[in-house]
Amino acid sequence: MIPADGEVAIRASGLTRRFGDLVAVDRVDLQVPARHVYGFLGPNGSGKSTTIRMLCGLLTPSAGEIEVLGLRIPAEAEALRRHIGYMTQKFSLFEDLSVRENLDFLAAIQGVPRARTRARIDQLIEQYHFGDLQKQLAGTMSGGQKQRLALACAVIHEPELLFLDEPTSAVDPESRRDFWEKLFELADAGTTLLVSTHLMDEAERCHRLAILDHGVLVADGTPQALTGRLQGRTFIVESADPRRAQRLIVDVPGVLSVAQVGNSLRVLTAAGAAAAADMCRHIDATLAGAGQPVHTHATPANLEDVFVAVTGPAAEQAERAA
Amino acid sequence: MNGRRLWAIVVKELRQLSRDRITLAMILGIPIMQLVLFGYAINLNLRGLDAGIVDQANTAGSRALVMDMLATDVVSAARTANTPQQLMAMIRRGDISIGIVVPPDFERRRIDGRPVAQVLVDGSDTTVQSAAAQLAQTPLDSAAPDLRAPPASTPPTPRISVVSFYNPQRVSAINIVPGLIGVIMTMTMVLFTAIAIVRERERGNMELLIATPLTSTELMVGKVLPYIVIGLLQTSVILALGVSLFAVPIRGSVLDVYLAAGLLILANLSLGLLISTRAQSQFQAMQMTFFIFLPSILLSGFMFPFAGMPKAAQWLAEILPLTHFLRLIRGVMLRGASLWELWHDVLALVVFVAVMMGAAIGRFRKRLD
Repeated sequence: MIPADGEVAIRASGLTRRFGDLVAVDRVDLQVPARHVYGFLGPNGSGKSTTIRMLCGLLTPSAGEIEVLGLRIPAEAEALRRHIGYMTQKFSLFEDLSVRENLDFLAAIQGVPRARTRARIDQLIEQYHFGDLQKQLAGTMSGGQKQRLALACAVIHEPELLFLDEPTSAVDPESRRDFWEKLFELADAGTTLLVSTHLMDEAERCHRLAILDHGVLVADGTPQALTGRLQGRTFIVESADPRRAQRLIVDVPGVLSVAQVGNSLRVLTAAGAAAAADMCRHIDATLAGAGQPVHTHATPANLEDVFVAVTGPAAEQAERAA
Repeated sequence: MNGRRLWAIVVKELRQLSRDRITLAMILGIPIMQLVLFGYAINLNLRGLDAGIVDQANTAGSRALVMDMLATDVVSAARTANTPQQLMAMIRRGDISIGIVVPPDFERRRIDGRPVAQVLVDGSDTTVQSAAAQLAQTPLDSAAPDLRAPPASTPPTPRISVVSFYNPQRVSAINIVPGLIGVIMTMTMVLFTAIAIVRERERGNMELLIATPLTSTELMVGKVLPYIVIGLLQTSVILALGVSLFAVPIRGSVLDVYLAAGLLILANLSLGLLISTRAQSQFQAMQMTFFIFLPSILLSGFMFPFAGMPKAAQWLAEILPLTHFLRLIRGVMLRGASLWELWHDVLALVVFVAVMMGAAIGRFRKRLD
């Protein structure tokens, strides 16, 4: 869903990074539309951080082209630094400085005009609810507060583009919701955000999403488009003995994966295996034959299904079948 | 270089430092502790050393000489003996540190202008040696030998000879306090900056900093500036204590002392920065610091005379900033020289700073790879 004016904030093609023999990022092609929240979804070690570091010019790609905000990276990385904010995976502010001192420092480093610094910091302290915490040392705050401070510092110079590397991995659900509110406010104000995560519920919030697995970009699109592709391939199987039923369903031809969710099973089938109604009947019949009666019905796909379908063993199996 | 960003780094460093109690304690604690420890160990104004006396002449003149020596308060008569051999045994046992021997032909020697008495010293303790040297200056009240003054071409014979056992080479103790400024600077300054960059890398701050417009030069210079002030503060503490507690002379200009100290501080800070760009962890940075510290102490001339070292060690010592600083500070404080006269060592330090700082800035990459 690239906007009508087709403005693209980040463009990368054939992006590759090797660490010795390990290929951390493997020929990734990427287009991030401006003023969107763009998600990077992938398990740990899938190359999300490495990709982000290459995009902001901190790592030199082994191969491939990058253009960010019209600047060629890494050649023009220094010029890019004025226009981006970067929130690292690990808390990277100074724990022995207070909230206000951290903001002061970043304002000076990022070149916020001196005349506006005070007003800007006051505004951020207000927006990010640091009113009573201004003098508190960053190291003594909670995980959620730290993330809020890191975000406030990352946006102090009102960057056009914001990179966030697993920003909420150490944060409780409520703080996470608040945090995402802030991200959407920033997107509304015209900022492009690139957020990496391994959490499905976070990925679902993104306008657009790329799924990385072992350094390879295996799928991208809007969450709706990605789940839409699995139309008719996801089922819920109700069973009195889900553990046993699971072992039987795995062997049904066309089934890619079976995961237990509470008392039922969630089944993903390979593309072009069978029509949904046929598949339901097929599973019911097979298990009835094995003395394990179940009830199967189709269900809409979610991002976890997408993730399973495009990564790991299920994806390999699908490739072999194709 | 952007002044505002540079200043931001300086302020940040000072704020962090003000919350780092251990480092703060180190800034003042190390100089005071070292100075007091080293200082009292080399205190020249010794009082009441146990002395053994053998007066084989036992004339009015010899008794007067012994009384004059005792009147200096440097020694107090602890034992008397009959022969020099007995005194030597007492020294060996540690009963006394100084033996005074007046030979039977005291009066004859006095007339001949030959040495009239002998001071035997336990030379294993250099401070006692110094005390003995002081004792040997005791004037003889008779002017008679002056009639037989030796010709100007030969050095005059000391009237009381000093025989030092166990350590014939005397280490000049007053060299230690000025040198101590250098040793303390080498110990603390290198460590401060060696840790400075590595710590930010370990804590994850570096990834944030390199993603900003901050330049390598701003970061490096910003890290060094606060510690120059701290180094000069340490210098002042050592100087003040050295002068007030141990009456160390400052014969040259105080400005030259501070300039020399400033150069050494810069040299050590830039060396620390270079270590910082290499080390992977704070622990490694500390190990590397000791790699510099030990040769500095041993080879610079602080502990052992430079001239006595083998050529290879001398070459190695020429690379160390402390070697040049010791020449400067001893020249200025003890001999009253000006930095201008010692320009060789000034130049060596300036070159060292330029090379180290250049290498540190050059080695520091705003990249993670």
